[in-house]
Amino acid sequence: MGVLQDANRKQIAGRRRLDFALHLLFVAATSVGVVVLMALLVDILIDGASRLQPDLFNQYPSRRASQAGMKSAIVGSLYMLVIMAPLSFVLGVGAAIYLEEYAPKNRLTRLIQLNISTLAGVPSIVYGILGLAIFVRAMQLDRSLLAGALTMTLLVLPIIIVSSQEAIRAVPRSRREASFALGANKWQTVARAVLPSAFPGILTGVILAMSRAIGETAPLVMIGAMTYVAFLPNDLLDSFTVMPIQIYNWIARPQAEFRELAAAGIVVLLAVLLLMNFAAILLRNKYNKKV
Amino acid sequence: MSMPTLPASKAKRGRTDAGSTYSFKNEKKSLADTVMPLLLFLCAAVSILTTIGIVVTLLTETYHFFREIPIFEFLTGRKWSPLIPPVSYGILPLLSGTLLITVIACIVAIPIGLASAIYLSEYAPSSVRRVVKPILEVLAGVPTIVYGYFALTLVTPLLREIFPQMGVFNALSAGIVVGIMIIPMVCSLSEDAMSAVPRSLRDGAYALGATRLEVALRIVVPAAFSGIVASAVLAFSRAIGETMIVTVAAGSTPKLTANPLESIQTMTAYIVQVSLGDTPRGSLEYGSIFAVGMTLFVITFLLNILAQYVARRFREEY
Repeated sequence: MGVLQDANRKQIAGRRRLDFALHLLFVAATSVGVVVLMALLVDILIDGASRLQPDLFNQYPSRRASQAGMKSAIVGSLYMLVIMAPLSFVLGVGAAIYLEEYAPKNRLTRLIQLNISTLAGVPSIVYGILGLAIFVRAMQLDRSLLAGALTMTLLVLPIIIVSSQEAIRAVPRSRREASFALGANKWQTVARAVLPSAFPGILTGVILAMSRAIGETAPLVMIGAMTYVAFLPNDLLDSFTVMPIQIYNWIARPQAEFRELAAAGIVVLLAVLLLMNFAAILLRNKYNKKV
Repeated sequence: MSMPTLPASKAKRGRTDAGSTYSFKNEKKSLADTVMPLLLFLCAAVSILTTIGIVVTLLTETYHFFREIPIFEFLTGRKWSPLIPPVSYGILPLLSGTLLITVIACIVAIPIGLASAIYLSEYAPSSVRRVVKPILEVLAGVPTIVYGYFALTLVTPLLREIFPQMGVFNALSAGIVVGIMIIPMVCSLSEDAMSAVPRSLRDGAYALGATRLEVALRIVVPAAFSGIVASAVLAFSRAIGETMIVTVAAGSTPKLTANPLESIQTMTAYIVQVSLGDTPRGSLEYGSIFAVGMTLFVITFLLNILAQYVARRFREEY
C-alpha cells in the first residue's frame, strides 16, 4: 500500500510540474504578441521622431527628402473616407437588414450568406484587380479618387455586413413584438425599434471597417493611385494618393532619409488608426453596459 | 477587428424569425413596406454582383492570356521571366515563393496562436484577458505596410546578424513577419472554438483529478479541434493572399527554391510589381496579372471553403 501511494504521489507531482512548465510556455507565447507590438511601436517612434514636424503635414511629396511631406496623402485618405463611408454604410447595413429581417429562408438567401463569408476571405489584391478591370478600365473612371473609393467600398462591405448582422441579431425579439403589438408595420418596426437598438453595434463595425480601409495599400496600388501627387484632388475624377501608398513609396527608396520619413508617416497613420479603434472600443463598452 | 468568422452555432440559434410579419385583414400596405424590401435586397445583391464581377473579369482576361500562353505551360513551367527575353510564363517559381512564405508564416503563427488561445481560454484570469485581448486586436489592425517596414528595417537586420550571407530581401524575414501578422487571427478563432466547449466537460475532468494542462490538451483541444483546424486553414489562406509585407521585404526575383535565406517573389508581389509600371491593356504582361490573380483567387477560395467545411462537418455537438 505504502509503496503504491508513494508512486502515486510522485506521479501527481510530475503532472503538476508539467502543468506548471507548460503554463509558463503558454504565457510566453501569449506575450509574443504584446512584445512584438511594443517593439514595433518603439522602433517606428525612434526612426520617425526627427521627422514628426509641421512640414510632414504641410509639404507635398518631393524628390528631396528634406522637403518632402505627406499633405496630399493625408487629404487623399480623408477624401476617400468621406466618399466611401456613407456608401459602404448604406449598402452594408441595408444588406444586413435584408438578411436578418426580410430574407425568406431559401436557397438564394443561403447563397448570399455563404457568398458574403467567402468574400471576406478574398485577398485584398484581388479586389484591386477587380477595381482595375471594372472601375478604371471598363467604366473609364481612370486612376481617380472615385475608382479608389468604389474599390475600397467593395472591399469593406463583407466586414460591415457581418458585424451589422450580429448587431441586429442581438436585438431581443421582444422589442419587435412590442412594436408589432402597437400596430407598427414591418418597416416601422425595423426603422424605429430594431435599428436604434442595434445602432451602436453597427457603428462599431463600420468604424473598424473604415480603419481597415485607411490602412489598406495593395488594392490602391493596383488601381494606380499615383505616388507622386503634388496637388490636392479637386473633384471625384482627379488622381490621388493615400497615406499607406506614400509610406510604401518612401520605404521602397534606398536612402535613409526616406526611411525616416516613412517611419514618421507610419506614426501618423497608426495614430489615426488607434484613435478609431479606441472610439470603437469605447462605443462597444458603453453599449455592452446598457444591455 | 476585421477577421473572418467561422460559421458558429450562434448563427442559427440566434437568428430572428425573418418572415414573421403580422398581417391583418384590413391593413393597407404602406409604401415603405413595398419599396424597402426591394431596396434592401438590392443592397444584398451587391455582394453577389461583386463575386460575379471578380469571376467574370478574371475569367475573360485569363482566357485571352491562355490563348497566347498554353495553360499547361503556365501551370508547369519552371521559369517566370515576363520582362527579360526569352519571355517565359511558368508559374511554379511564384507558387513556390508563395508556399515558402506561407509555410514559414504558419510555423510561426500556428504554435504561438494556439498556445495563446489555450492560455487565454483555460489559464488566464479575466483581468489578464481584458488587457491582452485588446492588444491582440490592435495587432490585428496594424496595416500590412507597417509590418512590411518592420520586416525590412528591424527583423531583417537582426536575422542578418545570425545569417551574414543573407541578402537584404529574403523569404525568412517576410515569412516570420507574415506569421506575426496572422497570430491574432489564429488565436482569436481558436479561442472562440475553445470557449464554445461546455463547462461541464471541464468540470467532469477536474472532478476526476485532472490538472489544467490535462483538461486543456485532452478535453478542450480535442472537443474544439474542428474550429482549431479551420482557424489554421484560414490563417494559411490569409498568408497566401498577403501582399505588402512580401512586396517590401521578400524581393522581386522569382526563383524555384526552398532556401528561406534567398530573395524570392510571391504571386501577390508580382501583381504589384506589374501594376506599378504602366502596362498597356491587352499586352501579355497585363494578361499575366489576371492569370496569376486567378490562380491566387482559386487557391484562397478553395481553402476558405475547406475551412468552412471542416468547421461544420467535424464539429462535436454537445
